Amino acid sequence: MIPSSFDYHKATSVADAIACLQANEDSKLLAGGHSLLPMMKLRFAESPFLIDINGIDELKGISMENGTITIGAMTTENELIRSELLQQHCPLLVEAAKLVADPQVRNKGTIGGDVAHGDPGNDHPAVMLALDAELVLQGPDGTRTVPANGFFLGTYWTGLEEHEILVAIKVPAIKSGVGHGYQKLKRKTGDYAVAGAPVVVEMDGDIVRDIRIGLTNVAPMAIRAEAAEDLIRGKRVDDALLKEVEKSIIEACDPAVDLRGDEEYKSHMAAIMARRAIIQAIENAKG
Amino acid sequence: MDTAADKQEREDALGGVGCSRKRKEDARFIQGKGNYTDDIKLPGMLFADMVRSPYAHARIKSINKEKALALPGVHAVITAEDLKPLNLHWMPTLAGDVQAVLADEKVHFQYQEVALVVADDRYIAADAIELVEVEYEELPVLVDPHKAMLDDAPILREDLVGKMQGTHSTRVHDNHIFNWQAGEKEATDRVFDSADVTVSQDMLYHRVHPCPLETCGCVASMDKINGKLTVYLTSQAPHVVRTVVSMLSGLPESSVRVVSPDIGGGFGNKVGIYPGYVASIVASIVLGVPVKWVEDRMENLSSTAFARDYHMRGELAADSNGIIKGLRVNVLADHGAFDACADPSKFPAGFMHICTGSYDIPVAHLNVDGVYTNKAPGGVSYRCSFRVTEAVYVIERTMDVLAQKLGIDKAEIRRRNFVKKEQFPYKTCLGFELDSGDYHTGLEKVLDAVDYPALRKEQEEKRAKGELMGIGLVTFTEVVGAGPSKSCDILGVGMFDSAEIRIHPTGSAIARMGTITQGQGHQTTYAQIIATELGLSSEEISIEEGDTDTAPYGLGTYGSRSTPVGGAATAVAARKIKAKAKKIAAHLLEVSEDDLEWEVDRFKVKGVPGQEKTMKDIAWAAYNNVPEGMEPGLEAVDYYDPPNFTFPFGIYLCVVDIDKDTGVTDIRRFYALDDCGTRINPMIIDGQIHGGLTEGYAVAMGQELPYDEQGNLSGNTLMDYFLPTFVETPKWETDYTVTPSPHHPIGAKGVAESPHVGSIPTFTSAIVDAFAHLDVTHMDMPHNAFRVWKKVKSLGLLDN
Amino acid sequence: MAKQAVSFNLNGKAVDVLVEPRELLIHTLRENLNLTGAHIGCESSHCGACTVDIDGESVKSCTLLTVQAAGSEVKSVEGLTNADGLHVVQQAFKDEHGLQCGFCTPGMLMRTYRFLQENPNPSDEEIRWGMSGNLCRCTGYQNIIEAVKTAAKNLQQA
Repeated sequence: MIPSSFDYHKATSVADAIACLQANEDSKLLAGGHSLLPMMKLRFAESPFLIDINGIDELKGISMENGTITIGAMTTENELIRSELLQQHCPLLVEAAKLVADPQVRNKGTIGGDVAHGDPGNDHPAVMLALDAELVLQGPDGTRTVPANGFFLGTYWTGLEEHEILVAIKVPAIKSGVGHGYQKLKRKTGDYAVAGAPVVVEMDGDIVRDIRIGLTNVAPMAIRAEAAEDLIRGKRVDDALLKEVEKSIIEACDPAVDLRGDEEYKSHMAAIMARRAIIQAIENAKG
Repeated sequence: MDTAADKQEREDALGGVGCSRKRKEDARFIQGKGNYTDDIKLPGMLFADMVRSPYAHARIKSINKEKALALPGVHAVITAEDLKPLNLHWMPTLAGDVQAVLADEKVHFQYQEVALVVADDRYIAADAIELVEVEYEELPVLVDPHKAMLDDAPILREDLVGKMQGTHSTRVHDNHIFNWQAGEKEATDRVFDSADVTVSQDMLYHRVHPCPLETCGCVASMDKINGKLTVYLTSQAPHVVRTVVSMLSGLPESSVRVVSPDIGGGFGNKVGIYPGYVASIVASIVLGVPVKWVEDRMENLSSTAFARDYHMRGELAADSNGIIKGLRVNVLADHGAFDACADPSKFPAGFMHICTGSYDIPVAHLNVDGVYTNKAPGGVSYRCSFRVTEAVYVIERTMDVLAQKLGIDKAEIRRRNFVKKEQFPYKTCLGFELDSGDYHTGLEKVLDAVDYPALRKEQEEKRAKGELMGIGLVTFTEVVGAGPSKSCDILGVGMFDSAEIRIHPTGSAIARMGTITQGQGHQTTYAQIIATELGLSSEEISIEEGDTDTAPYGLGTYGSRSTPVGGAATAVAARKIKAKAKKIAAHLLEVSEDDLEWEVDRFKVKGVPGQEKTMKDIAWAAYNNVPEGMEPGLEAVDYYDPPNFTFPFGIYLCVVDIDKDTGVTDIRRFYALDDCGTRINPMIIDGQIHGGLTEGYAVAMGQELPYDEQGNLSGNTLMDYFLPTFVETPKWETDYTVTPSPHHPIGAKGVAESPHVGSIPTFTSAIVDAFAHLDVTHMDMPHNAFRVWKKVKSLGLLDN
Repeated sequence: MAKQAVSFNLNGKAVDVLVEPRELLIHTLRENLNLTGAHIGCESSHCGACTVDIDGESVKSCTLLTVQAAGSEVKSVEGLTNADGLHVVQQAFKDEHGLQCGFCTPGMLMRTYRFLQENPNPSDEEIRWGMSGNLCRCTGYQNIIEAVKTAAKNLQQA
């Protein structure tokens, strides 16, 4: 219930936070705190120094320019949900945010924390993959932008270099002919996914010109079901094709066994969620 | 002029039995001014935390306290070694076993208490427990109760080796706790051997935990100057705690004060005496300052009284019309490392023998064997009425299996076998006398309300389309209100209960009972009983419970016993007051008692309008104008030893739709009809029903506490342990009939455990019913999506 | 890990406390400031019994360091009642029997207080979602939903 002792500094800017990370070994960033603090309370995680990055203005805000939306890493889940800009131009993010945890946690949990933490159960990474998002990272050596695809390397392992901070996320605004679907199976509201599937399609009439399928919590990190995508790309989706897709998704999964289910169940659920999300996305693209 | 309308107005003004008056206790809770154990702060108070075993079965080679004691702010590190000279390293359990207070040379289950650290505050205590160095030598682990009595099973209780005369029976193996039987074995076997039809169903009532929102805890405070020990703690039975603490500490009961303050949910989790309490009391006595110990959620789920873990076989013998000829039930009970069950002492399997249910069964035999395993101790808790959850589960499941085998509808087979209204009071073949019941009326009411034939028709149509829809039905009879002291005692103290009522000169009252509310609304409902008995407004009747210095001795609140026993004591005490009041009224009105009649709130002289005295008038007179020879005052105490248990009953029906592809079950509809006899406060009853049904839903659909082969426990946080939120919880439909208990002073039976007891088999009944057309007769709980999907797959129902 | 001075506004009054960085707001409220309305029901941030209102948002005070509350407006259940009496939300919970043991109640009240400002006229389903961060073991939620609806109605009439 009680974390072990640590020192605390409230960073005044991104540069200040980076400098703190460099100066203090084993220091950790305190963003929303609703992944970190519970782990510290159970003493599964310990750190001698917490750097509070709440209150850094550079890390907040949602704006759009030339069809790209930039979201500050410290944007909370509820801020994502309330954003009219996102509701109109990137509704998948809003839908995904609604299914994260509970109302109180959503006031604190941030998209940056959810993306960078590395827990395979976090919901946003797979959404980043489905959106083909870009991540803006800032570190001692400067700022760089990397694709989300390839950023998620393993459990608690991302493409963040030492002392780097995720400062912003860039996602494309939806265009006409683009549709999204999102299905998250969970034991109860607020739980991590048994399996989650965000899907984005670009339609050409009835044909799926392009598709991206993200999968949550069925592998050591969020993954794209690329083989399944290849089966669909350029085709018209029907029942027979979806059955093939399901098989492919099951093969792509490598889930941990826990009280949510065994490998067989989780893999099959990923397939079902993906199937439903694909149908949803195609329907959605028409609107 | 006294009209019927006036009379009704006076009755309404009382806020007595039958009215849904608002609760009196709410004021403090809605303003955040409740007084729960962790709210209590005493000057100089220290804080305790517990070092626990990471292993399920291991010898303790050494305990090094040095580093912990060196941490600034740490006052003590207490182990079994420190408790030995006081003979407190072990303590008696409520089930006739002994339990280690702090692990004595070995640990028997993961999370077992090993050392208590006492420090200035909870932060230092949390740091200190990490500094206590314990060296363990692991031993082979036993987690499967079916293997507990094999020749090569590891011996768990070295303290009992050679002691083959157990408290309840002979032990046939070192891991055997007891054998308990009810009914007639030979006669039952004969019936089974010759019956037209027999069915047999194995089923597991899995291990779960009550998980009240407030965890367990205490503040122990030894006043060395006055020689008085005060213990505030989360206890559903404060007087029992006082007696036990007195026995363990050597302090006379008059020097021990136990206070149960506000309790944030009990559900049977707060009946037993936990090592944390005992170790904190010792710490306070030794250190001479108050010591607070409050466990966290993982500790609560991992070490305090779990529920169930009954491995059962239910068997019915019947004729070809489905008329039951005999019942046979066999149980293997997994009690964990110590039998710490909170059962009346003569009943190691609680009231499992209510398993004849609502049916007229001529002969039956019940056999229960309890065994030890390397798991947390206990077995009885979680709104179970002493194993009635298990008993109702086994009979209702087996009835369904019988119905299925014979192709008889579930409702019809019950109808054919119900004890009929005219047969009450009805002696079951396993020794209970059911006080009253009318099962047929309740069943028809429920079936009509849901349009049962239409549901069955819909199910047929859905089945033709390959959809899974299930209808569950349970018609349960509960036994609550423990109980008659000739058969029911806790550690030798008979299970009566008590009420003491004192009326003040100006007509208000304070009443104290030996029970203790944990949310059931006693401050309101007891006042309602007194209001109706004595014609005083419930608004002016204060109810106090929980302080052993002032409340009359009682056995506490669990097993829905407050209304049947405490409520009876309240009514009887009130009637003693009323008898005295009548004498005073006669004296004031200068008539004989025979000339008086009681109406709502006053004695009236028969046939002489205007000649009357209200209870308020009488209260005043009691202090200044009593008849010659009568002592002043207006109060009474009653210790009520109930002549029998009470038997609330219910008819529950549930409709489910199962998503084949995911295994997710939608509870489309749940209709709950309850009969608890006289209904004191319908609003409070409905609240209890909603809560109990929600707990039942959680148990049946998701709660579990699995142990692996090494005795490691998983699922012991609220991430995994299924507590439904607003979103999952179904909308409950409640209904009722009223069949009063003939032996209870106000005909009330108690109700709070019924929805938990009855709902759980209803969910299983519904889920199994969804697959019944595929010859599925039973599925074990929890019916989470994962397990249901596995079933769907195994039946070949998935497209690929 | 020396203690830090933290100032914030609690129920309309300025407070100053001296806390270790690791001290959780729930403990500061309950221990230093003697406001024991907010409760602890778990250590994994699930139950919501510790819910308070900070700068216009519902927050689980067990998952916030007190140092993070510096400069904030904090409202706890003790701040709901005012000179005029019970808050509309409190009265509604009593009228609809939206509590039994009372342990989850302060968190429920503080969440309802904020939820009805976020959504003044919610449907049953919206209430279920909006309150899904608060667990209850006693009521089965049914009467709490009625309490929230009654409070909504009464707040709109006020």
